[in-house]
Amino acid sequence: MAEFLSLQEAVSKHINNGDTVAMEGFTHLIPFAAGHEIIRQEKRDLTLIRMTPDLIYDQMIGAGCAKKLIFSWGGNPGVGSLHRLRDAVEKGWPHQIEILEHSHAAMANAYEAGAAGLPLAVLRGYVGSDLPKVNDQIKFIECPFTGERLAAVPSVRPDVAVIHAQRADRKGNVLIEGIVGIQKEVVLAAKRSIVTVEEIVDELGASVNACVLPSWAVTAIAEAPKGAAPSYALGYYDRDNAFYKDWDGIARDRDTFQAWLKDNVFEKGAA
Amino acid sequence: MSLEFTSSEMMSVTAARALTNDMTCFVGIGLPSEAANLARLTHAPDVTLIYESGTLQTKPDVLPLSIGDGELCESALTTVSVPEMFRYWLQGGHISVGFLGTAQIDRFANLNTTLIGDYREPKVRLPGGGGAPEIATNAKEVFITVKHSKRTFVKDVDFVTTVGFGRDGTARDNVPNIGRGPTVVITDLCILKPDPETKELVVTSLHPNVTREEVIDATGWEIRFADQLDSTPAPTAEELEILRDLKTRTSAHHSSTQSGQQ
Repeated sequence: MAEFLSLQEAVSKHINNGDTVAMEGFTHLIPFAAGHEIIRQEKRDLTLIRMTPDLIYDQMIGAGCAKKLIFSWGGNPGVGSLHRLRDAVEKGWPHQIEILEHSHAAMANAYEAGAAGLPLAVLRGYVGSDLPKVNDQIKFIECPFTGERLAAVPSVRPDVAVIHAQRADRKGNVLIEGIVGIQKEVVLAAKRSIVTVEEIVDELGASVNACVLPSWAVTAIAEAPKGAAPSYALGYYDRDNAFYKDWDGIARDRDTFQAWLKDNVFEKGAA
Repeated sequence: MSLEFTSSEMMSVTAARALTNDMTCFVGIGLPSEAANLARLTHAPDVTLIYESGTLQTKPDVLPLSIGDGELCESALTTVSVPEMFRYWLQGGHISVGFLGTAQIDRFANLNTTLIGDYREPKVRLPGGGGAPEIATNAKEVFITVKHSKRTFVKDVDFVTTVGFGRDGTARDNVPNIGRGPTVVITDLCILKPDPETKELVVTSLHPNVTREEVIDATGWEIRFADQLDSTPAPTAEELEILRDLKTRTSAHHSSTQSGQQ
């Protein structure tokens, strides 16, 4: 059964330096509150996995949490670059990070294979792309039935999955609504999982085919209202597109980034 | 009577016209999204728009800033998980058109959104592949829209993130279960299509008031023009009005902080 913890306790107990951590949420329900707690606890040498690193990993990379990044699209959606990611890759600030990049289709397949307990995912992908030349985790295999050449990537099996969801009931069952992304897959693929939620309620109010994670499939739950902002939680608050635009200016410069981090993360406690 | 319009508006209107009512379009963010929604609001009200965040048959009132804005989900027929989107809907063969933008494109319509320079020591690190590598091969055909400049239109891309026709135009030959690839490239100056034999991009239509010299100057290789060179029809008053309304609504929506309870 899932254990109810404060966000501070959940991060402290379940995320260790050097862990492989996947914090998912495809534009929607990005677990920012958990990311900020990881920054505050100064976790180091993390291998961070996420399809779209987004602002959350830009902040964590700039704060020095990451050793390696596995991703498939590293931009500020509709705005431009992730400047902290670029500074780390191009100039090695605050330190060099290793990157391993895929396509979205490969990452989605790899998470699903992880959830299915398989060692690899097979897809019709990467045809004609240079990505296999720079990522040795992309191989090609021959279909034993048709002879078709298909791409293969190792499944994603993180130490810890971190996601944000709308709500949990008091037994620890979790409801995810709207753009459900890859959240169910990452929790089932990981050894441990932390789920932050907008609220804990008596009744989930889930429809019969809703995306529900049973309590016994989740390690820890922490209540974190507005825990996905500046991304959004359908039914609770909208995406703060203005902040996503402002981030471009904040993150472009090391000093303004560090000042922002101090004011908005280090000097604020966990929700 | 001639209407005033910008080259960007000309590009969006022309790109929108490429879509028809019967198409199922996997939409990239930015210029493709603007064109696809303009098509839906003008001549193609029943065009099916799909975004990689999992939103099927979506009808946003404002253009999404990200690929997964709430607007996309709330106006969609249904929303599926990301693996289902890529595995069943895209790889499964349900997408007729992939509509993509790019940072760099070369003469064989290969796209680079990974980096400028050398991979291990990039001059400029770009976002990466995202959905494009598989959209470009699993959709039945690909439309590309991008602003025309020498920096963007290069002879050979620094990195093939997403294949057009490969370094020599033959990358799709004899590959089973692969789409036709790019069939049209729409810029702010012209329309280009791959030569049926060599697959090299050729200018097939010039936008109003654009000269051959302007296209030559904005292209990083010796660009060829079709023998039968068309003139792209100018935007209509209705197309311009709907495009401008859409952009005004979008701009107002994205500049306000959306933090209240819904």
